Amino acid sequence: MPMLRPLEPVGRGPRLVLGVSFFVLFVAVWAFATLGGYVSRTFLADPLTMVQDGWLLLTRFGFLGDIGVTVWRVLGGFVLAAVVAVPLGILMGAYKPVEAFLEPFVSFARYLPASAFVPLLILWAGIGETQKLLVIFIGSVFQIVLMVAVAVGQTRRDLVEAAYTLGATDRGVVRRVLIPANAPEIAEILRLVLGWAWTYVIVAEFIGSSSGIGHMIIESQALLATGQIIFGIIVIGLIGLVSDFAFKALNRALFRWRLA
Amino acid sequence: MSQAKLLVEGVSRVFPAARGGKPTRALEPVDLQVGANDFITILGPSGCGKSTLLRIVAGLDRPSSGRVLLDGRPVAGPGPDRGVVFQSYTLFPWLTVAENIEFGLREKGMPAAERRGIVEAYLDKVGLRGFEGHYPRQLSGGMQQRTAIARALANDPEILLLDEPFGALDNQTRALMQELLLGIWEREAKTVLFVTHDIEEAIFMASRVVVMTARPGRIKADVRVDLPHPRHYTIKTSPEFSALKAQLTEEIRAEAVLAAAEH
Repeated sequence: MPMLRPLEPVGRGPRLVLGVSFFVLFVAVWAFATLGGYVSRTFLADPLTMVQDGWLLLTRFGFLGDIGVTVWRVLGGFVLAAVVAVPLGILMGAYKPVEAFLEPFVSFARYLPASAFVPLLILWAGIGETQKLLVIFIGSVFQIVLMVAVAVGQTRRDLVEAAYTLGATDRGVVRRVLIPANAPEIAEILRLVLGWAWTYVIVAEFIGSSSGIGHMIIESQALLATGQIIFGIIVIGLIGLVSDFAFKALNRALFRWRLA
Repeated sequence: MSQAKLLVEGVSRVFPAARGGKPTRALEPVDLQVGANDFITILGPSGCGKSTLLRIVAGLDRPSSGRVLLDGRPVAGPGPDRGVVFQSYTLFPWLTVAENIEFGLREKGMPAAERRGIVEAYLDKVGLRGFEGHYPRQLSGGMQQRTAIARALANDPEILLLDEPFGALDNQTRALMQELLLGIWEREAKTVLFVTHDIEEAIFMASRVVVMTARPGRIKADVRVDLPHPRHYTIKTSPEFSALKAQLTEEIRAEAVLAAAEH
C-alpha cells in the first residue's frame, strides 16, 4: 500500500485535516478522562470547567490586564536582549579575536539557568518590572549572541572573497555581505528565542509578582483551580502561536530573495 | 610581446602539512608574462594548481615564494583592479541582477546616476535586459555566470581572472558563453586570464594557451593560437583548430595519466 511513502509530500487539504484532528483527539481524551470520572476533579479540571473558568477570569478578574503585562515583559526583555546580542554576535562572527575573547564565557553563561537568577535579581532589583525584564534578558541574550555568531561565522567564504575582489573594504564586507547574507538566519534565531522567553517570564512571575499570567497560575494553584491554570497555559500557547505566525510572515515579506 | 601587464615571477605554493602528513606542493615556481589585451588560457588536469595560481594573482591566496606584479606594482591582496569570476555561483543572493552588477561601483562610492548608466550597458552586453530585477535564485546557471561576468567587468578591472567559470554548465550553454565572452574581449580590448581543463575551450578563446603539469603544477608548454578574429564557433571544425587540439591533447594526456596514477 503506497499511502505512507517516505518523504512523499501531503496535500494542503489532508494536512489541515490531520493537523486539526490531533487537537480534537487530544481534547476528546481529556474530556473522556475528566467528564467520565476517571481522574479526580481536584487535580484536573474538565474542558468545560476550563472554558468557564477562563471566561470568568477574563470578564470578572481582569485577566486581560495580566496578559497585557506579561506580553509587555516578554517583549521588553526580549527587545533589550536582541539590541545587545545581535550586534555582539555579528562582531564575534566576523572578527575571530572578538570571538576568542567572548565565546568561552558566553558558552558558559548560556547554560546558567535564567530561572535560578530570580532570587538574586530580586535582591538586586526588587520585585518590580526591572527584575522581570532582567530575567528574560539573561535568559535570551547569551543564546542570541552565540547563535548569531555561529551563523555569521558560517557565511559562504566565496561570497566574501567575491566582495573583496570587487573592491569591498573590511567594513564593507561586514555591512554589505555578512549582515545581509545572515539577516534571514538572524530573524529566525530571534523567532526561536522569543519562544523560549515565554518560559522565563512565567517563572519570573511565579515569585514575587502581583500581576501577569504566571502570577495568576500560582494563585490558582493555592485555590486548586486547575481550570484556571490550564486556561492560563493555553493562553500562553495561543499567544506564542500567533507571534510565531506573525514573525514568519514578517520574515517572508522582508526576505523575498530567499524564496524567489 | 607588448609590455607585460601581469608578471608572475617564481610564484610557488606549498600547503602546510596536515597533522602527521607531508606538506603539499601545489605549485612549483611559475613564471608567466601576460601582455596587455592578451587572452591567456591556463590548461591543466584537475588538481594541477592552476586555480591556486589564479587565486594568488587575485590576491586571495599568498604565494610561498615569488611575487605577482600588475602594471609593475606588487599584488598584496584582492582588489578591484583584478576582476574575478569564480566557478561556483557567487552572486549575492539578496541582491537583484542589477544590484549585483553595481556592487563594486557602489563600494567605490560612484553616484547612483552614473552607476545606472554602466549597469544598463552591461545588462545589454551580457544579454540580460529584462532580468535586471530578478534574484540570482530565479536565474539559470548560465545567466548567473553572465551576471557574474558583468559584475566583474562593470568595475573596469585591469585584468579579468576566470576560474573555470563555465565548468558547471551544460555543453550548449557553455559554447554560447564562450562566444559571448570572446565577443566582449574582441570588442573591448581586455586582458584576460582564464583557467580551464577543457582543451577546446582553451583553444577557442585564447591568444595563448599555457599548459600546466600534474601536481606539483608547473608550466609545461606555452602555445600561441594564431586563429583569426573575430572567431566564429565554426572555427572549431577547421584543420588549424584540429591540429592545435591534437597537439594539446598529447601534452595534456601525459599529465592526466600522471594525475590519475597519483590519486
